Amino acid sequence: MSTQIQEESEEATETETETAPVERESPGDRRREAKRTASDQRVASEPVGEIEGDTFRLKVFRYDPEVEGKMEPRFDDFTVPREKGMTVLDALIYARDHYDTTLTFRHSCRQAVCGSDAFFINGRQRLGCQTQISDLDGPVRVEPLPHQDVVKDLVVDMEHFYDQMHAVEPFFQGDTPDGDLEEQRQSRENREKIKMSTRCIWCGACMSSCNIAAGDNEYLGPAAINKAYRFAMDDREEDELKEHRMKILDQEHGVWRCQTQFSCTNVCPKDIPLTEHIQELKREAVKQNLKFW
Amino acid sequence: MHEHDVLVIGGGGAGLRAAIAAQEEGADVAIVTKLHPVRSHTGAAEGGINAAIREGDSWDLHAYDTMKGSDYLGDAPAIETLAQDSPEETIQLEHWGMPFSREDDGTVSQRPFGGLSFPRTTYAGAETGHHLLHTMYEQVVKRGIQVYDEWYVSELAVTDEDDPSERTCHGVVGYDIKTGQVEGFKARNGVILATGGLGQVYDHTTNAVANTGDGAAMAYRAGVPLEDMEFIQFHPTTLPSTGVLISEGVRGEGGILYNAEGERFMFEYGYANNDGELASRDVVSRAELTEINEGRGVEDEYVYLDMRHLGEERITDRLENILHLARDFEGVDGLEEPMPVKPGQHYAMGGIETNEHGQTCIDGLYAAGECACVSVHGSNRLGGNALPELIVFGARAGRHAAGTDLGEPEIATGRDEEFEREDGLDTPVDPGAVGGASDAVADGGERTDGSRSSSDARSDGGTAVASADDVVQRAVENQRTRIDRLLNEDSGVQQAELREKLQKSMTQNVNVFRNEEGLKTALEDIREVRERYEDVYVDDPSRTFNTDLIHTIEMQNLLDLAEAITLGALARDEFRGAHWRQEHQERKDDEWLKHTMLAWNDGSPELYYKPVILEGEEDTYEPKVRSY
Ligand SMILES: Cc1cc2nc3c(=O)[nH]c(=O)nc-3n(C[C@H](O)[C@H](O)[C@H](O)COP(=O)(O)OP(=O)(O)OC[C@H]3O[C@@H](n4cnc5c(N)ncnc54)[C@H](O)[C@@H]3O)c2cc1C
Ligand code: SF4
Ligand code: FES
Repeated sequence: MSTQIQEESEEATETETETAPVERESPGDRRREAKRTASDQRVASEPVGEIEGDTFRLKVFRYDPEVEGKMEPRFDDFTVPREKGMTVLDALIYARDHYDTTLTFRHSCRQAVCGSDAFFINGRQRLGCQTQISDLDGPVRVEPLPHQDVVKDLVVDMEHFYDQMHAVEPFFQGDTPDGDLEEQRQSRENREKIKMSTRCIWCGACMSSCNIAAGDNEYLGPAAINKAYRFAMDDREEDELKEHRMKILDQEHGVWRCQTQFSCTNVCPKDIPLTEHIQELKREAVKQNLKFW
Repeated sequence: MHEHDVLVIGGGGAGLRAAIAAQEEGADVAIVTKLHPVRSHTGAAEGGINAAIREGDSWDLHAYDTMKGSDYLGDAPAIETLAQDSPEETIQLEHWGMPFSREDDGTVSQRPFGGLSFPRTTYAGAETGHHLLHTMYEQVVKRGIQVYDEWYVSELAVTDEDDPSERTCHGVVGYDIKTGQVEGFKARNGVILATGGLGQVYDHTTNAVANTGDGAAMAYRAGVPLEDMEFIQFHPTTLPSTGVLISEGVRGEGGILYNAEGERFMFEYGYANNDGELASRDVVSRAELTEINEGRGVEDEYVYLDMRHLGEERITDRLENILHLARDFEGVDGLEEPMPVKPGQHYAMGGIETNEHGQTCIDGLYAAGECACVSVHGSNRLGGNALPELIVFGARAGRHAAGTDLGEPEIATGRDEEFEREDGLDTPVDPGAVGGASDAVADGGERTDGSRSSSDARSDGGTAVASADDVVQRAVENQRTRIDRLLNEDSGVQQAELREKLQKSMTQNVNVFRNEEGLKTALEDIREVRERYEDVYVDDPSRTFNTDLIHTIEMQNLLDLAEAITLGALARDEFRGAHWRQEHQERKDDEWLKHTMLAWNDGSPELYYKPVILEGEEDTYEPKVRSY
């Protein structure tokens, strides 16, 4: 997993409205340059027009691989009016629609189900739509998820995350009853047991918070292991399948990589007890190994 | 150019189900979707899936309830297909591992929902849609179905015969959001549109930001009529600051609505003496707005939904998700206080005209899910009937597109000369494309007179029949030109401003309460925004993840659909289901047992009417007076 842009950003000077000198090459570049300067002016800490009442500062990471001046990561400041119930996502939308339409971030549902808007907000992975401005101290600082390649502004490349999710055979494989209308039985207790694990919205917050995942590209990571847990613990799948699933997890880059730091559990917006699930799978792996001894 | 047997546009519930079905029939299928599938708005559905799977219940009861709920504007063959196929499709989800809520004996749980004569709403906690979406995505992964995610489809590649029913769809144009590349996708067998809802036409909605009605608008401009667009469902319990929905499940479990005076107004003011809080959505929505308009609302904006009396255990067991929603998005603790709620746009009953196999009048073009209108929901959708629609009609469209014979359809598509035409509609401005009858503008080609770029894209000027590859390639060129123009323009108006103006006008004028004056105002506003859209430009010059560009393209779709909704609402001078007209307070069965059809007609829209089919497999459904 590359942390290229991210590392640069650590050192990125917070130039805010300072613009780096730009070489003018073509009319297109000139136009872009003009646009950029214009937008820089708009993002200056002074709001355009009068904003009445209480405001706060929103500091947002900016990067675009093909736009002059944004190729070098920087932070932009926006002044946003504080409103009751306002979330970080609302603030980003406000900044985009009122100051700079080039400000880019994924979002869709606005209600913590689509998993599009996990960002690094004031030093922690959170969903923009689920984070109330009033719950944050001081200026609000929004960065892309650490340890992932930045595509542009707050948008990160999710491919590696998806690959890991896909690597654990994330689909039900149990035998099913013959009748089309015959359902499998599942006890309430068993459904309850897997309930939390089925809530994952693929936001990637956990993976981004994990030091181990940052250092080991092959580590399945908390979300994928949790996905495997969801099936391994589902009684509707037969025991042989559970053994099969444990083999995927019981390896160097599987459950054993986890060092129980709880960072994933702390950031999961769906309150999934990820570390606990990983620990339980480790115990399960030991049990299975003993069985084969 | 990418090439597959079947292309599914959209990776929500309908699209995933269609793709799996087509794959099972042996087709090489790919999903092209602007969001990664698990980010689709199907994931937001809370309440459940209606399916007659228990003793004492039967498909015909489900069909009867649905027809009644539709206020006799659903087509019987569509409704009966839904009711008949839903049990098998729902159990299929269980077989794919969906974590349904369970009874003591381990069978899947069902609960009561508004308008149902049997508690047949099958659910998985308060996150039914999330589980349905993820379960089907898992099956897509299992089958190795190719997904082009974060590819935005901006045009359908359709031939250009004068009569839309003679046209053929050969594929689509996709824009790779990450890299900015425009590429053709050719479909050997068929294209299935499954692009979901259009809630962004309004400013207060339960729908996602991505629900911009792209598929419906593209099909409309390609020549497929839109059906019953005026029927928009407003959900009575959405959180005031965001539009986030509080499931009907709360009322199903016994939640109560109060006004500012602490009165249980559904009963106290006689809005629904029998059903109270469980009355249908339009009745409850209008009741709430009446309370608010008459000064009994809280802060003149909302009413209260109270579930505290259900007790902590029951709430956390069955409605835990609601607690999170109220806390995270409104800052309210549902265990301690009542939750503020108000009506918000929720669902589009109308959409792309299809038959029960998902086919449109254009050969090779299908639609399923919320973007389609089969019509199952008629003038009002029952809660819990959209998710089964996704899986039932998604599967059917997928199978048919893959070549399976599903028999003769009973629902006809396309225009019949016999159909009644609307020519008396008094509109303050001409609807349709700016500059009149040409779809060039709508599809974003050059605007110069006589140049019909998108029509050109559909064939060789009508003389020779273009090959499928040519049709796709020209649509691609058309989109390249359009996108270059949007990116190269330096000044003009930006979409955010236009979108806000449109959304505000729609919420003001084409809401729960509608009257002639307001509808006309809306048409004028839409026209004004349409004209200003001619000068729209994209500030962000980047080819990398340019969301400004995407929102600008979507804006065109919002405009076309807003206009379609408003035209239908103006034409239909009766009160049926979700469509309420101030001047016309009764359901007029003699005149209005018919679908409102709107054809784009290459830029000058035409309204006509298609009869409703009330003849069922066994009986004919007799319209009954709606009682509250
Ligand atoms: C909050 C909420 C709760 C609901 N609860 C219930 C319930 O309890 N029971 C019930 O029956 N119904 C419910 N509904 C209704 C139901 O959930 C929706 O009608 C249904 O999920 C829509 O599914 P879909 O597959 O048609 O569209 P979606 O799930 O919205 O998917 C649309 C797909 O199309 C793609 N797409 C769109 N445009 C383009 C484009 N231009 N190019 C490429 N891809 C594109 C998107 O990426 C997405 O993948 C609810 C709806 C909402 C909003
Ligand atoms: S486990 Fe939690 S943090 Fe990780 S991807 Fe899933 S929802 Fe996000
Ligand atoms: S916008 Fe969907 S999770 Fe935040």
